[in-house]
Amino acid sequence: MEFLVDILLLSDSTLRVAGPLILAALAGLCAERAGIVDIGLEGKMLAAAFAAASAASVTASPWAGLLAGIVASVLLSLLHGYVSINQRGNQIVSGMAINIMVAGLAPTLANAWFSRGGQTPLLPSEARFTEITLPFADAISGVPLLGAIYSDLLSGHSLLTYVAFVAVPTVGWILYKTRFGLRLRAVGENPEAVDTAGISVTLLRYQAMIIAGILCGISGSALSTALGAGFIRDMSAGKGFLALAAMIFGKWKPVPTLLACLLFAFVDALQGRLQGVALPLVGEIPVQFTIMLPYVLTVIILAGFVGKMEAPKASGIPYEKDR
Amino acid sequence: MSVAPAIETRNLCKRFGAVQANDNVSLLVDQGSVHGIVGENGAGKSTLLKMLFGFYQPNSGDLIINGVPLAFDSPSEAMAAGIAMVHQHFMLVEPFTVLENIILGAEGQPMLKHAMTDARAKLLGLEQQFGFDLPLDTPVSQLSVGERQRVEILKALFRGADILILDEPTAVLTPQECDQLFDLVRLLKSRGKTILFVTHKLHEIMAITDAVTVIRAGKVVTCTATASTTPDDLAEAMVGAKISRTVTREAKDHRSPRLRVDGVSALSDHGHDALKAITFDVYDGEVLGVAGVAGNGQTELLEVLTGLRPVSSGRVELDGILINADDVQRGPTKLRQMGLAHIAEDRLKTGVVATMTATENAILGYQHDPDFCQNGLLKLSAIDRAANTYFDSQDVRPRDPTLPVASFSGGNQQKLVIARELARDPQTLIIGQPTRGVDIGAVTKIHDQITELRNAGKALLVVSADLDELMAISDRIAVMCGGELVGIVPIQDADERTLGLMMAGASGAPHSEEASA
Amino acid sequence: MSAVPAKLPGAVEAVLMPFLNIMVALFVSGLVVWGLGEDPFFALSLLIEGAFGYEEAIGYTFYYATNFIFTGLAVSVAFHAGHFNIGGEGQAMLGGLGLTLAVLWLGDTAPVLSIFLAIIGAAVFGAAWAFIPAWLQAKRGSHIVITTIMFNFIASAFLAYLLVGPLQRPGGQMPESSDFPDGTGLMQFHEVLEMVGIRFEQSPLNASFLIALMAAFGVWFLLTRTRFGYEMRVAGKNAHAAAFAGVSVSRVTIIALMLSGALAGMMGLNELLGEQLRLIGNFTLGYGFVGIAVAFMGRNHPLGIVLAAVLFGVLYQGGAELAFEMPNITRDLIVVIQGLVILFAGAMPHLLRKPVALLYARMARKGAV
Repeated sequence: MEFLVDILLLSDSTLRVAGPLILAALAGLCAERAGIVDIGLEGKMLAAAFAAASAASVTASPWAGLLAGIVASVLLSLLHGYVSINQRGNQIVSGMAINIMVAGLAPTLANAWFSRGGQTPLLPSEARFTEITLPFADAISGVPLLGAIYSDLLSGHSLLTYVAFVAVPTVGWILYKTRFGLRLRAVGENPEAVDTAGISVTLLRYQAMIIAGILCGISGSALSTALGAGFIRDMSAGKGFLALAAMIFGKWKPVPTLLACLLFAFVDALQGRLQGVALPLVGEIPVQFTIMLPYVLTVIILAGFVGKMEAPKASGIPYEKDR
Repeated sequence: MSVAPAIETRNLCKRFGAVQANDNVSLLVDQGSVHGIVGENGAGKSTLLKMLFGFYQPNSGDLIINGVPLAFDSPSEAMAAGIAMVHQHFMLVEPFTVLENIILGAEGQPMLKHAMTDARAKLLGLEQQFGFDLPLDTPVSQLSVGERQRVEILKALFRGADILILDEPTAVLTPQECDQLFDLVRLLKSRGKTILFVTHKLHEIMAITDAVTVIRAGKVVTCTATASTTPDDLAEAMVGAKISRTVTREAKDHRSPRLRVDGVSALSDHGHDALKAITFDVYDGEVLGVAGVAGNGQTELLEVLTGLRPVSSGRVELDGILINADDVQRGPTKLRQMGLAHIAEDRLKTGVVATMTATENAILGYQHDPDFCQNGLLKLSAIDRAANTYFDSQDVRPRDPTLPVASFSGGNQQKLVIARELARDPQTLIIGQPTRGVDIGAVTKIHDQITELRNAGKALLVVSADLDELMAISDRIAVMCGGELVGIVPIQDADERTLGLMMAGASGAPHSEEASA
Repeated sequence: MSAVPAKLPGAVEAVLMPFLNIMVALFVSGLVVWGLGEDPFFALSLLIEGAFGYEEAIGYTFYYATNFIFTGLAVSVAFHAGHFNIGGEGQAMLGGLGLTLAVLWLGDTAPVLSIFLAIIGAAVFGAAWAFIPAWLQAKRGSHIVITTIMFNFIASAFLAYLLVGPLQRPGGQMPESSDFPDGTGLMQFHEVLEMVGIRFEQSPLNASFLIALMAAFGVWFLLTRTRFGYEMRVAGKNAHAAAFAGVSVSRVTIIALMLSGALAGMMGLNELLGEQLRLIGNFTLGYGFVGIAVAFMGRNHPLGIVLAAVLFGVLYQGGAELAFEMPNITRDLIVVIQGLVILFAGAMPHLLRKPVALLYARMARKGAV
């Protein structure tokens, strides 16, 4: 029984941690499917987390926070778009520039606005996206197994977690069922074909960057207004890069990417649970080693022990009309 | 004649920086005709076409389509006016199906499901009308080159094109596929379509067009009915002064094999069988041409011979020494030391580093040579001297080896590469696409050089997509299809029809190889 | 129609363009300062005063610059080989560990020998930490940006473990090692100057500055004078051409990235062996990332990197004074400037090309008339 409870708790925190990861991975997916490598997810998440926490703290409304988070992230997306599309710059360098810039700017502004050593004030619960109880959750919580799964596992997450899980089929639907999605996938494979078909490569790629910005904005806002209660320095902690790895592991497809994110989130949840727990045979693992788990997993996955990864053909390559 | 011409241009001009790509081009194409446009590489054909379908905008001049003056800001506007272009490099998204490729940009509605249903119905009609039989739900990556071209044409028809521009459509086809294409062009014409047929092969112009325009150095030099001209006249108009070859093949009694390829198989990058049990020899004092439709193993063959790709079985010997087999793979550096030179088929991808200077490129592949490097240190002044020598010997222009290679024209880049590869007096040369992207004057010179090397007793293997080129320089022509060597034809027995059938895998060599075996 | 970059004279290309890009980055930084409610010009004067105003400040400026020369060279060597090594942080941490082990092992018995061993230890450990991402990139195509980032996190956790565990100062509470034995530190710069009769105030600037300059010369020599440097640049620009030329791209990748890791690892010489004289957790303080900005600002040329490193030394030293004087400004601002420099000098090198080309063409025409 205790084991079941453990599993349930672990699954519950997996879902919770997975939310921001899924949204960020989908953001990266939309950008790369359109041919733009977005290594700046990390910075966008951080910027959104900061903007959301700041706005929520001032207005006491999580919605204002979410909006601010999305706006901040979209602006950075457009900057990356400008470098990648108009300036035809190196997309990796641009992404890293954004990551570093935000890592400095967020605490600088936090300090100037709130004077709390680079953090935002702790958000009260009315300024956060708090846990939602799904309909009938209380009613069927008594039903064995099913009740536990529904009311303990599925119910009781913040709105943004549900948004993340809804975003997966939505992005899938846009990519595979709509005209826009067809064009977006085409521009990541062969932009010249799109251009000669009379569709603007520039516009399409900017549209993709805006979608990526929105998704990443929700992701970052979730960090500071749903999972956490305020912005703290470097709170994205490499999640943007984990999301990229999950996207690669998911072969640039929405559902496999979701599964990869769940794996990462599970490992993250597991490392949280393992802290201070004595395991059979090995005893207690030092906390520093459990912290490493998600990062080590990322390296193993990227080492390609899971099959060959093929990126969209044109990703990372600036489009030049005249060649 | 009350029908307005399908296309009329008046004094179209297009400049790129200092280059006048099109200079007062005036063109008249009748409704329902096949109109040829010929010109050398860089004559300005592509620029003209790109203005016709809205990819470029002219600096000045008028464009009149079906009697209506128009100005296209984008390809979609040209498409709306009924003009479509089939590019030389297909504009297809490989992982997409035929259907997805055809509707891309012409979906008509935001939901793919409905767009596809409607398109399918419309395409069935078109396929019947024009005799297509394309698998709509197969990814384009699985189609042959000829099929891809038909997808492009169907794509144009789907968009309601009345004017089709075909840019060098035969460059990648076997002679038999060309015949099929010509049939299709005739059918399109009989259904009232206007076709602009762009090529540099004059016999195609004579075979298929009603009228022909010759472009040279950005200007129209001739515009005439095909019936009232001859290939010789066209050639002269195209080239200006006639350039003829000065070197002829001397009779050679070549008996000693230099390069022996014995039962070689190899895998492609994707792990497919790219070469299947290939056997042939190259003798000194001969040019062995290798023909085939692009992608039939020629690239892998070049790599196997130059130490860039391992064999999966079989053996390659150079001057009696095993260089590539199951357990032996001599690398490019070793092979160069053994007197093998390699002129890469894709110059910019493989043969040079475009962003580095000509001087730095002058030692590419020869960086281990004791003339250029000692104890791991480069001898900079010796390298400078070598680069200058190369510029002199091949007359590379502009004469500035400190410029990055990318800033030279294709022909001058190739001259630099040839100078580099000939500098060590190689006995065996492996050459891919010797004149790709090279202007006509330089082509003749390169052909002469190849013949000179042959006359001097070197062994040469030349892969080319251009049958005319191979016929002009080879002693024997080997034909590849699907990774197999279909056969080797001595030049006196070679003609386009025979080679074409072999390239398509339809027949073996006319009488197989006893002359050289 | 793409903007065909007009040909500009060499000096404009090599000096003016990067200078203008950096000016744009600094201009935007000035806007940030202004946005924080401070006077950017006054801030600039405080910054310069703080960096050059007195001898100790100058010492600090070059002390910081030493770190940045190492990490800038590290990024640059990898970049010439066509790779983006973001792992400078982790490699520096491991380098610090390597030199600490050498010093703690031999420092008591043979201090001078231990210094030499420490220098080698820093380089070897840094190189070793770069080896795994390098091998994965070369052999399995694993995205080196992500793997090196992951290796930063792993290194940080690993070092934290050692410094609260096996390596912690006996009886200590802080995440730091025992002090290095006497006589194992690098010579201070003012001591060097004293030997030639110049009095200079004491500062953390130490002999590793000279090691950094030698490293810069070494990298320049490697890139322009050696076959390996040539092969590395060929592989970095065009892997197909490298294979054609008989260069093993994976071998070059691995060696170049290990060199890069060794350079990053040597950063610890300055911080630990030159100043702290003990291993402390997260002593790298993001200097590995500064290397990216320094490399791009210096256009990946060793001389440029030395100059850019000094400029960042000014920013760090002057910035510290600035943060002290202006309450709304923290040292995080320097990170912002770093990001902006990478953005404008690294990702958008052609931002001002068109206007400059136009201006140049106009001036040339005037000159001709």
